[in-house]
Amino acid sequence: MRPFDYARAATSEDAARQAAEGATFIAGGTNLLDLMKLEVMAPSALVDINRLDLNQIEEADDGGLRIGALVTNSDLANDTRVRKHWPVLSRALLAGASGQLRNKATTGGNLLQRTRCLYFYDRATACNKRDPGSGCAARDGFNRILAVLGTSEHCIATHPSDMAVAMRALGAEVETLKQDGSTRRIPLGDLYLLPGDRPDRETVLEQGELIAAVTLPAPVEGRQIYRKVRDRASYAFALVSVAGIVAVSEGRITRANLAFGGLAPKPWRNAEVEDLLTGEASSDALFGKAADLLLAEAQGFGANDFKIPLARRTLVSVLRELSQEASA
Amino acid sequence: METQLTINGTQHKLDLDPRTTLLDALRHHLGLTGSKKGCDHGQCGACTVMVNGRRINSCLTLACMHDGDEVTTIEGIGQPDNLSPLQQAFVSEDGFQCGYCTPGQICSATAMLEEIANGWPSHVTGELDASAELTTEEISERMSGNLCRCSAYPNIVEAIRKAAGGGA
Repeated sequence: MRPFDYARAATSEDAARQAAEGATFIAGGTNLLDLMKLEVMAPSALVDINRLDLNQIEEADDGGLRIGALVTNSDLANDTRVRKHWPVLSRALLAGASGQLRNKATTGGNLLQRTRCLYFYDRATACNKRDPGSGCAARDGFNRILAVLGTSEHCIATHPSDMAVAMRALGAEVETLKQDGSTRRIPLGDLYLLPGDRPDRETVLEQGELIAAVTLPAPVEGRQIYRKVRDRASYAFALVSVAGIVAVSEGRITRANLAFGGLAPKPWRNAEVEDLLTGEASSDALFGKAADLLLAEAQGFGANDFKIPLARRTLVSVLRELSQEASA
Repeated sequence: METQLTINGTQHKLDLDPRTTLLDALRHHLGLTGSKKGCDHGQCGACTVMVNGRRINSCLTLACMHDGDEVTTIEGIGQPDNLSPLQQAFVSEDGFQCGYCTPGQICSATAMLEEIANGWPSHVTGELDASAELTTEEISERMSGNLCRCSAYPNIVEAIRKAAGGGA
């Protein structure tokens, strides 16, 4: 690891001020320290936010939930309210990482974790995200785990989070804080930038803008599942994942919130797919049309071509299960 | 960076380079070499310790981030003449070959059994609001953060089941 200055933040505003002056936030550190050991990231200063009062899960007036940025993945997955009313979120968290990592990883840090693209990690290769302008070795390389939607000629990395996929399906928002005390709320879908010609820029957050909390809207009707397809049964990133919330009434789908992991540089959601399903009677023909629409723009790069039919089958399987359970 | 840690019940004041991981502080600065460095990237689990009762990868956290925290290492779980039930079960069930991953396996399993007792579900638990049975599937899922390159997994699972009172 390269040397760095280390300071413990006294308040959230103090943390934001130090970050505005160039420091990098550290919370759980499970991804940042890994990258610092490899010198993929080499911050000159760390500001430790672990002692800030951002580790509460509170019920909001609108029936939703406000999750402090420092709530660990374990505490969020095991919260009795989340297990009961937002089970897709518990399921997504429990499908991610290992018991040890979930105990350390935080809500804010999980959202801001970096891609696991092999070329981002390997400093001997070209990567526009790690070293802007150097090129992308992944396009013609071992790209089996990489994206088929939302890519650009400069980057085909995926966002690796499971948690964020469930939050996207749930319509979560991110609440941020700056050093002057000002706050803003960002829908999770708007937090992430597509790579375009600047894959090094991953979110709309400004330097020094601290994620303070994630808010979930009030629980909605419908069955919820998180389906994760991966190379091992446990402790592996998603090749394809689907977070689904589907409600059915009198044989017709009245709600279909669907978000996808493993396919794109951000947790993916397509309103047109959801509109196509809503109001229709469940059938394999309908689910196939939804998959057609979801994957119309999908582009494989050789080794990851299989993700396109895999995403289709996973979506159809999830929709079958959710519509059957919901109508049972 | 000045950092105070309580390790296995004993207070220690350390002045460390901020780059020092908790694992390196334990092994190199305090002589507690039971916690092992395998991959040093949070993938193998050999470095697992408990901080404030929860299992974590000590290689993926800085010692200075744990000022005031209570750390339990394998040395605090038992001693050769006073083994914990899990340690005894690993011996009885032959839950290792080379033994390198074993301290991490035992620290992890100690905390994992506590997680089950506290009603935490896992990825393979059928209902999120029901308590989990200690099946092979549950133990395997919950212990997936601890690798054993000798592949002693069947006996590790048996040792954990036995220590938890599930019989052999």
